Amino acid sequence: MAITSLKNLKEFSTNNDRFEGAHLLCPGCAHSMIVRELMNCSDDNLVISTNTGCLEVSTAVYPYTSWDTSWIHIGFENAATAIAGAEAMYKARKKKGTLKDPDAPVKFVAFGGDGSTYDIGFQWLSGAIERGHDFTYICLDNENYANTGGQRSSSTPVGATTTTAQAGSHSYGKKEKKKDIVAIMAAHGAPYVAQLAPNKWKIMAQGFQKALETKGPCFINTVSACTTEWRFDPKDTIHVTDLATDSLMFPIYEIIDGHELNILYRPKNVIPVEEYLAAQGRYKHLFKPENKHVIEAIQKEVDQKWEMLQRREEARI
Amino acid sequence: MKLSKEGEKMQGQDLCAAENRGVRELGAEKLVGWDEVQQGVVINSFEGDATDIVHKKAEERVYSDFNSYTATVASWRVQKPVFNMDVCIDCQNCWVWCPDSSIISRDKQMLGIDYDHCKGCGVCVEVCPTNPKSLLMFAEYTELETALSGWPEKTKKEEK
Repeated sequence: MAITSLKNLKEFSTNNDRFEGAHLLCPGCAHSMIVRELMNCSDDNLVISTNTGCLEVSTAVYPYTSWDTSWIHIGFENAATAIAGAEAMYKARKKKGTLKDPDAPVKFVAFGGDGSTYDIGFQWLSGAIERGHDFTYICLDNENYANTGGQRSSSTPVGATTTTAQAGSHSYGKKEKKKDIVAIMAAHGAPYVAQLAPNKWKIMAQGFQKALETKGPCFINTVSACTTEWRFDPKDTIHVTDLATDSLMFPIYEIIDGHELNILYRPKNVIPVEEYLAAQGRYKHLFKPENKHVIEAIQKEVDQKWEMLQRREEARI
Repeated sequence: MKLSKEGEKMQGQDLCAAENRGVRELGAEKLVGWDEVQQGVVINSFEGDATDIVHKKAEERVYSDFNSYTATVASWRVQKPVFNMDVCIDCQNCWVWCPDSSIISRDKQMLGIDYDHCKGCGVCVEVCPTNPKSLLMFAEYTELETALSGWPEKTKKEEK
């Protein structure tokens, strides 16, 4: 695999973008930062499929396409199935010797939002990972169905208000816990599973390279701050992501072969989750006196998760 | 808009033939409506051979009319970022975090902003580490010289 150097940002910046501008994602959307970085961290030919979601509807508005690679979209749930099929066909044609350039390195990548990964495409993703196709699935986790107006998904965290789990006089927003997709995918025995964030560009690019290099199905959950539904200023995308990783709401870690857990980023100063929540409009109601207990509960949950990750890293099981 | 004669001919052909012809051969001026494109048609990002595209810079590529690079979203902007070359240290933070691939960077140097694709989100200004910042937001109608002449001076850190 032709790996691009990640020595420093200056060298990384000599790559030529394969994801073009003038797509219709919101200004300041983190989706395109993540996609650009994946496409820049390798020189290989990429075959990409995308689930329905913000990324798909905004980058393939007829008659335009923003993708400079092979790209396919089929349905809401089956980016994983489509890429598994493409990979199987590639292998079969390689065996038969009907490929134009059989030595060219090809990597298979699927993108999905959290709605199509955590909920709608879950069964398809699980099946593709179980069958062991050689692909990388990247979930762009913005914690709601942002494309259709911000409905709750099973990725929405406790306390956030969404259009279908609204905060008001009788509710503090979503009451159910966020699904731990990384643990679920690691439980499949996938060779590489990770949770990454775009504000740590180097860790993220290294993770992407590792996933592309690894033979077999890899899963990466990336934090994608949504300016529209999380309700913050477009310019603050990286700032909010910084708060997310430093408050440990989104710890950055990888799990190799389903058991070997490594924490990839330890914040020097861990900030209270309150700061992360205060930066976003979707948590505004939690700062009313009657909802204070929700913030405390979130903090407790985050601390427990961090403790668990640290212990698992130590135990190596 | 109705399908052109060539478009009608394409109906019923198998996937491979459609792949070879693409929508492109219909010609941009005879573009069919989005609901008239038949299944299996491939839209090409480039004219001709695109094998080694990863090693070509934007100016060396031959984009097709269907690549969004040929489109513009400049009308989205209310404010625009202005780049001051004198303060820049070429750290490339703006390049890596620009969501719209609008920072023009060549040979490890930041050259400027692609105003056809910039949506004016302001992420580049926020991640700029220099003092004063080498990228600042100005109203869309501000002229470049006016913006550069009023650039702020270096600010000292406030003592605690």
